Amino acid sequence: MDLHNVLDFPILSLSIFLPSLGALFIWLFVRGDDAVRWSALAVSVATFLVTLPLALQFDTTTAHMQFEEFHRWIPAFNINYQLGVDGISMPFILLTSLLTVICIISAWECIRTRVKEYMLAFLVLETTLIGVFSALDAVLFYFFWEAMLIPMYLIIGVWGGKNRVYATIKFFLYTLAGSVLMLVALLAMYFKAGHTFSMLDFMDYPFDFTWQFWIWIAFFIAFAVKVPMWPVHTWLPDAHTEAPTAGSVILAGILLKMGAYGFLRFSLPMLPDASQYFVPFVVALSLIAIIYISLVAMMQQDMKRLIAYSSIAHMGFVTLGTFMFTQPAVEGAIIGMISHGFVAAALFLCVGVMYDRLHTREIADYGGVVNVMPVFAAVMMVFCMANVALPGASAFIGEIMVLIGTFDASSVAQAQLGMVSSKWIAIGAATSVVLSACYTLWMYKRVIMGDLTKDTVKGMPDMNMREFGYFVPLIMLVVWLGLYPLPVLDVMHESVAHLIAQATTSKLDAAAALAQHMPVQQLAVH
Amino acid sequence: MHETALTLNTTELLAIPALPLLAALLAGLFGWALKEKLTHWICCLGVIGSAILSIDVFMQVQAGASFYGNYWTWMLSDQFVVPVGMMIDRLTAIMMVTVTIVSACVHVYTIGYMHGDPGYTRFFSYISAFTFSMLVLVMGNNFFTLFFGWEAVGLFSYLLIGFWFKRESANFAALKAFIVNRVGDFGFAIGILAVWYYFGTVDYHEVFRMVPDFVTQHVSLHFMGWEVTAITFMCLALFIGAMGKSAQVPLHVWLPDSMEGPTPISALIHAATMVTAGVFMVARLSPMFEFSETALATVTVVGAITAWMCATIGLVQNDIKRVIAYSTCSQLGYMFVACGVSAYSAGIFHLMTHAYFKALLFLAAGSVIHGMMAKQDIRIMGQLRRFMPVTYITMLIGALALAGLPPFAGYWSKDLIIEAAAVRGMGWSSELAYWCVLTGVFMTAFYTFRMFFLTFHNSDRVPAKIKAHVHESPKVITVPLLILSVGAIGAGFWGVSVGLTEAEVIHGYFANSIFVLEAHNPLLTLEAAETNHTLGFFTHYGPLLLALGGIGLAWFMYFRETAMPAKLAASFPRVHDFLLNKWYWDELFDKLFVRPARCLGTMLWQKGDLDMIDKGMIHGGIVDSIKSGAARMRAMQTGMVYHYAFAMVIGVFGFLTYLLLKA
Repeated sequence: MDLHNVLDFPILSLSIFLPSLGALFIWLFVRGDDAVRWSALAVSVATFLVTLPLALQFDTTTAHMQFEEFHRWIPAFNINYQLGVDGISMPFILLTSLLTVICIISAWECIRTRVKEYMLAFLVLETTLIGVFSALDAVLFYFFWEAMLIPMYLIIGVWGGKNRVYATIKFFLYTLAGSVLMLVALLAMYFKAGHTFSMLDFMDYPFDFTWQFWIWIAFFIAFAVKVPMWPVHTWLPDAHTEAPTAGSVILAGILLKMGAYGFLRFSLPMLPDASQYFVPFVVALSLIAIIYISLVAMMQQDMKRLIAYSSIAHMGFVTLGTFMFTQPAVEGAIIGMISHGFVAAALFLCVGVMYDRLHTREIADYGGVVNVMPVFAAVMMVFCMANVALPGASAFIGEIMVLIGTFDASSVAQAQLGMVSSKWIAIGAATSVVLSACYTLWMYKRVIMGDLTKDTVKGMPDMNMREFGYFVPLIMLVVWLGLYPLPVLDVMHESVAHLIAQATTSKLDAAAALAQHMPVQQLAVH
Repeated sequence: MHETALTLNTTELLAIPALPLLAALLAGLFGWALKEKLTHWICCLGVIGSAILSIDVFMQVQAGASFYGNYWTWMLSDQFVVPVGMMIDRLTAIMMVTVTIVSACVHVYTIGYMHGDPGYTRFFSYISAFTFSMLVLVMGNNFFTLFFGWEAVGLFSYLLIGFWFKRESANFAALKAFIVNRVGDFGFAIGILAVWYYFGTVDYHEVFRMVPDFVTQHVSLHFMGWEVTAITFMCLALFIGAMGKSAQVPLHVWLPDSMEGPTPISALIHAATMVTAGVFMVARLSPMFEFSETALATVTVVGAITAWMCATIGLVQNDIKRVIAYSTCSQLGYMFVACGVSAYSAGIFHLMTHAYFKALLFLAAGSVIHGMMAKQDIRIMGQLRRFMPVTYITMLIGALALAGLPPFAGYWSKDLIIEAAAVRGMGWSSELAYWCVLTGVFMTAFYTFRMFFLTFHNSDRVPAKIKAHVHESPKVITVPLLILSVGAIGAGFWGVSVGLTEAEVIHGYFANSIFVLEAHNPLLTLEAAETNHTLGFFTHYGPLLLALGGIGLAWFMYFRETAMPAKLAASFPRVHDFLLNKWYWDELFDKLFVRPARCLGTMLWQKGDLDMIDKGMIHGGIVDSIKSGAARMRAMQTGMVYHYAFAMVIGVFGFLTYLLLKA
């Protein structure tokens, strides 16, 4: 048990269920759109405050799980309600609770139909997301992972754009297909590892290579769809384009991170040998994501689609860093995810601000916005530059650390890459320096700069205080993380070091030893 | 040098970049409330304060003080540590003084030049923030602070080129500048990765200390049959960054277009300070470049080609700012030649003199443009000396300095570069460089005075409508011109007097802040040659004669026989078009990179994402097979209970068998 948490107060449980309880309360007792908005905001702010102690009381000197909770849930199958966070998962919980507040504020005026249901969906979504990041039991994890689909499905399907049905079904089928395989993998591990669903047990159990291989593939499909990685990424641009603004924010800000979190929590520590084996594969897909997707992003006509593609490209850095097994690379990947959570969220909010005024996402319908919305233009400039990973912005920290860690990849990763030196991979990934500038700033130029020629644009009023209000904390966070990322890095040092130790230590010897000690079981299987 | 007893005051050092930053933040965030007057007071005072402190620091450094220290840790992960700190030595000090003085002049000038512009406070905020970034760039003590400043100056350059955002051409130029610079930054970033990889640190001192040992280990890289030594790889990668920022061929294409920005920033950013960052970088990293002959040769050749090629383009341009812009590219080429032949102090000397006289030329050109109602075409100017005497005189000083006539500043530094290239003897590269920079002198003098005569002498071609408006600029504009004139005249003498022309390391100004291998040192060779009187007459006086020849030809063509240029252009149309169209670099890049990238992007999107993945793989492959599979499955769902019961029994048997075997 965590020493810092003196009262043994179940902070994690509270963080998970407060939004849902709030949602229940709102559903039953709150009437009137405005009352719903305010109470939803109150619930989300309260949740954010509840998650704060996770950061403030976090013990940065250990890789052990903290704020642990344990209750028996379904003893027949040894399924437990087991929660806990370490330096890898804790930042994501805060990111979730923060972005949910921003989502609720951003939906204040633009959601006019079914306001209550909309707010409920977001609060329930928050529960599932925090659940995913704090679950230490595989079934619990799977439960939250799948439950997340329902509110997200509704958010896109009910409040989405014209083509929302197509986008929703695509989104749902892709992610569901992936998660089914994950379920199979979890069951396989359950039986193999001796009837346990504890993720910590999975990390310790020495799976032999064949098991690791197949389980890894099953996990990979589930996570790759979520990240998303090429070639299973095409659901994302559609989902983003059709989703309401806040839906895009949460999708880019949190949902995509679940895939990469899965790699960090499942693939690397549980299946180290398979993870090493697949390094060239993941690296190739990551480079495709960075280069191919950037080129595709450049040619997009729809702003949201462009930012969606840019998200995929940025996630390419994350997957690349994850599979380099070096501390700077993995920490860079995590910082990159947090940063992307701010930057992509902010960019979608920027598009949302314009969309609320003109009801179009086409780049060609804009031009010269700076003339009528100077403050907005400045705000968007900040986030575009952050998206380009300019030093001083959070994205730079993530990308440069991934590049550093890739250039100097661990011997384990390099051994898998064989003839191809990781240096050339880092150089390939560094092309993003040019490509991200091309697609981001070209869009900025076409949308924001230029003279006022379109009558529709002339009528756009600048941001109001509410809109300005949710950009300010995001700007501060991006700059803070860009100039002084040390506190966040501190949080993850121990956990990441532990993770890398797990990922680079082969389980095969232990698996062989286990097989020798238990000949009976071996016979039985044959 | 590191163990000097005298250490500079930390607070004073921090105040130098902090003052402009503070001014920029105030102007940027509260400009709407401060209004014009208060904003320009805040920004000017901030930068002038920074300039005064810089001069003070410079004097202390001159007296032997230095500073080295870290303030905070930027990044930390395992072995990877990036501190933020300062390193102040003689090289830094001279840069700080140059940057802040030119910046202060430009700030004051801006009060007059941008008067009444709707973006007045925004402009001040940008140029103050730029000054801060540039100071970070030169004062930092490691590769990451260098990179931070590097990218920040790029950002403000981008914002300022696109300052008049209503103009499509300005927006395009801003985008082009940023992207071309990013191509350079790509190299720079790789250079930093390599430095960290090989040395395990990004701190200047530590890296420089390790280089000599590292070189003896002969670490090398292999790529597709090529083998390069690691030190060469690092230097070349970093130099790509320098080529982008300092507009060297083929990454020079953005600089002439950057003239879309307001003139004060052309003077500050695109002439005096930011574009010289590449030269500063090479000089700062001299302890690395010195150990790679290949890198030095590359720097020399790239510099030489740029110096020569941009001079040829400058010969025929008709936009007053573009003539000066191409001259900037060309002069930056000179500075790189100096660095390439290991005459770093000559390069930095030229950087400094160039900063004064080129800023002067730009600001004078700005004064002309101001008087001409924003017209920049020298074909519709002429006889302006009657209307703008101060501008005329100061521009003449700038032009003489650029052409390289004694006693003006440019003469001393440029002459030194040419002589250094002449005596260096590093094979064909320094040979080529010598001839390029030598013939460049003639062209420089010619195009400078072509522009000068066409603007201030020649026939009066000013349209009547504008003529009524032509006037001398107000004092806020002319006073900075006069101050910079002092620099354009005096900087050369000053440089000679403090020892900028003398060999580094041995007894020159830079002492240990620049490193030169003794075998390379061309300034040492020059000194020896001068004492022995072995330096040939032509090596010594050739550049001066060529400069005079260039001015003479310009005088002949644009003062006396004014019909000649048109005839000449008509008789060599191909050459003229080739130069007028800037050697067709833009067209080449458009065909080579821009179009293919767009085609590729469209193709990957339409064919790859939509056709192959969505239609082919998902719909054609998975969805269709699910459909046909489902059709078959439907047939199984007969609705008859015994079918289902049978399936259930089979299932239960299967499951039980599995469990039994397992147990």
